[in-house]
Amino acid sequence: MTGRAGGTTQAGGTLVPLGEALTRYEPVIGLEVHVELGTVTKMFCGCPARFGGEPNTLVCPVCLGLPGSLPVANRAAIEYTIRIGLALNCRIADWCRFARKNYFYPDMPKNFQISQYDEPLCTNGWLDISVNDPATGAPRPVRVGIERVHLEEDTGKSRHVGGATGRIHGAEYSLVDYNRAGIPLVEIVTKPVEGTGALAPVAARTYVTELRDLMRALAVSDVRMEEGSLRCDVNTSLSPSGSGVWGTRTETKNVNSLRSVERAVRYEIERQAALLDAGMPVPLETRHFHEDTGVTTAGRSKEEAQDYRYFPEPDLVPVAPSREWVEEIRAALPELPSAQRARLKAEWGMSDLDFAALHNAGAVDLVARTVEAGAAPADARKWWLNELVRRANESGTDLADLPITPADVARVAALVASGELNDKLARQVIEGVLAGEGTPDELVAARGLAVVSDEGALMAAVDEAIAANPEVAQKVRDGKLAAAGALVGAVMRATRGQADASRVSKLILARLGQG
Amino acid sequence: MADELTRMSAAALAAAIAAGEVSALEVTDAHLARIGEVDDAVHAFLHVAADGARRAARAVDERRAAGDVLGPLAGVPLALKDVFTTTDMPTTCGSAILNGWRPPYDATTTRRLREAGVVILGKTNMDEFAMGSSTENSAFGPSHNPWDLTRVPGGSSGGSSAAVASFEAPLGIGTDTGGSIRQPAAVCGVVGVKPTYGGPSRYGVVAFASSLDTPGPLARTVLDAALLHEAMAGHDPCDSTSVNTPVPPVVAAARQADVSGLTVGVVPELGGEGYQPGVLARFGEAVELLESLGAKVVEVSCPHFTYALPAYYLIAPSECSSNLARFDAMRYGLRVGDDGTRNADEVMSLTRAQGFGAEVKRRIMLGTYALSSGYYDAYYGKAQQVRTLIIRDFEAAFEQVDVLVSPTTPTTAFPLGERVDDPLAMYVADLCTIPSDLAGNAALSVPCGLAAEDGLPVGLQIMAPVLADDRLYRVGAAVEAALDNRRGHSLLDEAKGVA
Repeated sequence: MTGRAGGTTQAGGTLVPLGEALTRYEPVIGLEVHVELGTVTKMFCGCPARFGGEPNTLVCPVCLGLPGSLPVANRAAIEYTIRIGLALNCRIADWCRFARKNYFYPDMPKNFQISQYDEPLCTNGWLDISVNDPATGAPRPVRVGIERVHLEEDTGKSRHVGGATGRIHGAEYSLVDYNRAGIPLVEIVTKPVEGTGALAPVAARTYVTELRDLMRALAVSDVRMEEGSLRCDVNTSLSPSGSGVWGTRTETKNVNSLRSVERAVRYEIERQAALLDAGMPVPLETRHFHEDTGVTTAGRSKEEAQDYRYFPEPDLVPVAPSREWVEEIRAALPELPSAQRARLKAEWGMSDLDFAALHNAGAVDLVARTVEAGAAPADARKWWLNELVRRANESGTDLADLPITPADVARVAALVASGELNDKLARQVIEGVLAGEGTPDELVAARGLAVVSDEGALMAAVDEAIAANPEVAQKVRDGKLAAAGALVGAVMRATRGQADASRVSKLILARLGQG
Repeated sequence: MADELTRMSAAALAAAIAAGEVSALEVTDAHLARIGEVDDAVHAFLHVAADGARRAARAVDERRAAGDVLGPLAGVPLALKDVFTTTDMPTTCGSAILNGWRPPYDATTTRRLREAGVVILGKTNMDEFAMGSSTENSAFGPSHNPWDLTRVPGGSSGGSSAAVASFEAPLGIGTDTGGSIRQPAAVCGVVGVKPTYGGPSRYGVVAFASSLDTPGPLARTVLDAALLHEAMAGHDPCDSTSVNTPVPPVVAAARQADVSGLTVGVVPELGGEGYQPGVLARFGEAVELLESLGAKVVEVSCPHFTYALPAYYLIAPSECSSNLARFDAMRYGLRVGDDGTRNADEVMSLTRAQGFGAEVKRRIMLGTYALSSGYYDAYYGKAQQVRTLIIRDFEAAFEQVDVLVSPTTPTTAFPLGERVDDPLAMYVADLCTIPSDLAGNAALSVPCGLAAEDGLPVGLQIMAPVLADDRLYRVGAAVEAALDNRRGHSLLDEAKGVA
């Protein structure tokens, strides 16, 4: 990582390490999250709203903004937005309008975006999150206020060719793909979040994580950050501790992963603290986050900010969801992630800390499905959290993207519970599944991994071990039970590990008159 | 025979075609020939689609031969304003920025016309993006008034009104945003109707001001206008602002042509000082005529109409500044300066500088200013409040009367060139028509004679409540019948500009 304490920013200032910065400043953060809705069709036309496709194949006169074309609002997108608003405890407007946001950009076909301005569909809600303190591991509840949730259309996508950075500056030419133009986009804006102190970077990340899980639970989006279906702008400002006066905020764009959310907030705190320490003002500006270096650089100054000339969209009639419809949507809301977690924690009998570890690893849903497939909660937790989290980290993939299903894990747990596998063999089975060699049962059969449970074969191995180690055997007979470990080891070696060690131990002790 | 065909009404032509007395192809050829004769002088058309028109006419003839029942306008030729998208013809909106653009889709109106068997002869001239009252803002040169070729045919739908008045087509289609159907109809001596906003679909109508734009018919008779109105109107799921109620019974109303028992309101705010005396004289006679036909006439004040023009010139430019932002040289139309050294912003600027005419630029700038942060409340916001007051004026008036009447325009057709350098003088041409656009209600202009001082046509404007479009036709047809009867012939028979 570059640009840490003592390093220089591109603006020329130094950074103040987070811990030190927090002795003098209190961070205030705010997040604007854009979520592409998973409706079948686009926001204002009948084109498929899906990711990918050959450039400019998922388009029509409406989403290309051709002269004469008109938008018609997608009812499903409005329903999804209300669903999100209700899940975020918002007030749902009984009458609101779309507005035009006017600015020129080649990836925006009409050179205005149909959005919402002073009449958003959902306002004034909150989301409770549980922020894990990295120092103690203990979860801390934080209520994030939601300012508004509004609906708009996505723009097309520009690809700048020929420059070093992939950005427009220095590019030789740009290509535009309008497949994304008109995909319904929800913008969720928080109120300023104060009082999180050193937890601010983690709180920001936790909020976005929780929001992502919420979107999935509501089935309104597949929220794939890597495909851009969840995009995040992070606002950060510093308030001199105890002053109660907020500083100037910066808006950091291009924060496109959960990890980046945390890094961007952290970087901005450290950068702004350095400016303030030096008696310099924090400029009101948009900043650009760089995934590779973890730094933010200055973008557009807000002072020269565009005037978007918002006005009510005359091509669309107002949106007036009836109370009955809103209540229908409310009644059909699924169990939300926070409620589900509380329920599962109780059902599984886990401590706060144990459950928090699962949650932080993103394994709650996987464990739940593993339990559904028949595993005991403790076993499911053990396999996911100990074995599979490590494997995911090693291979750099998301836990959920490992090529093993909760049913596979449940089967492995069952094989261990029945004594057919021990933990060591179980790990080999999991390795095989991850390598794509088959199901757990196929691997047990193919690799001959079953525990040696043939009483005769096992007894023969035990007798052999005793005969080969007469001195050890005598110690056991004399009551030194701990010495039996060496004999167990010998039997396990003889069976190439495919025996149940506790059973072997029992057999040895019985043979030597200690059973 | 050909000359006779071009003089016939749409209703008579459709009946003759349905009866097999004449083929649709003969009717189309007669009109194409007429266009060939007079359009060099009139310049009503930007594009004549002779082959496409003949193909459409032959298709009607084949359907008739096959025994199909034809619609009430099957085989009738029509002149379509160049603001409606057409897959088989260019759509320019009278602008250099769209010169040569071939839309990949048909407007809903275009599609409905084709389905009705109407033969589209071509695309007619207009003020650029429908901004103007004379067609002089067309990038392709003005059209001429068939009554006097040195005068304007009105605008923005001046190409369609001139085509209908010069017998190039029995039917025309225009769009009305501030009077762009009624004003050219009035000064060309034909019938023009602005239906209730949301009646005919706006899908495929290149937008000028979305909350005002209303497609509507132009014709030589009130009945023909009603037949076309019925063919155009009806709910369109592609237009969010399209009304989803049955089309008012306009054809039946045009046939009824009777005003007995109706109360007619004269709006004092639309008349008086600044109006041409000959216009006021003909209007006064039309009011007397209505009374003699059995209507009760009263005066109804609409005090906020005085503010309609300034409110309109904030709302319409505001919407247009946004609607016309899409013409940026990126995807279609004109592209200027793309020589490999300039970036997209520079190409956009050069293209818009060259591609838009002065009036369009003026309105984009007015609208951009009116919507700007810090000015929005004082301009756009205030104008919308005035709009609400105008709607209330109409509502209060229609509690007392069935229809309101006024002159359609303060003056008759003015000479070409007279107002091109005086935008305000040009804007005043729409003084009487703008209130109905702001309120979204229905209004019609029907010829009511010639002004004594210049011998040019005068229009009577009839205004009806939202969705009561049928009342326009009932009153308009009664006035038309009485005047034709008194005169012994139709007014257009006196037009001298083109033989």
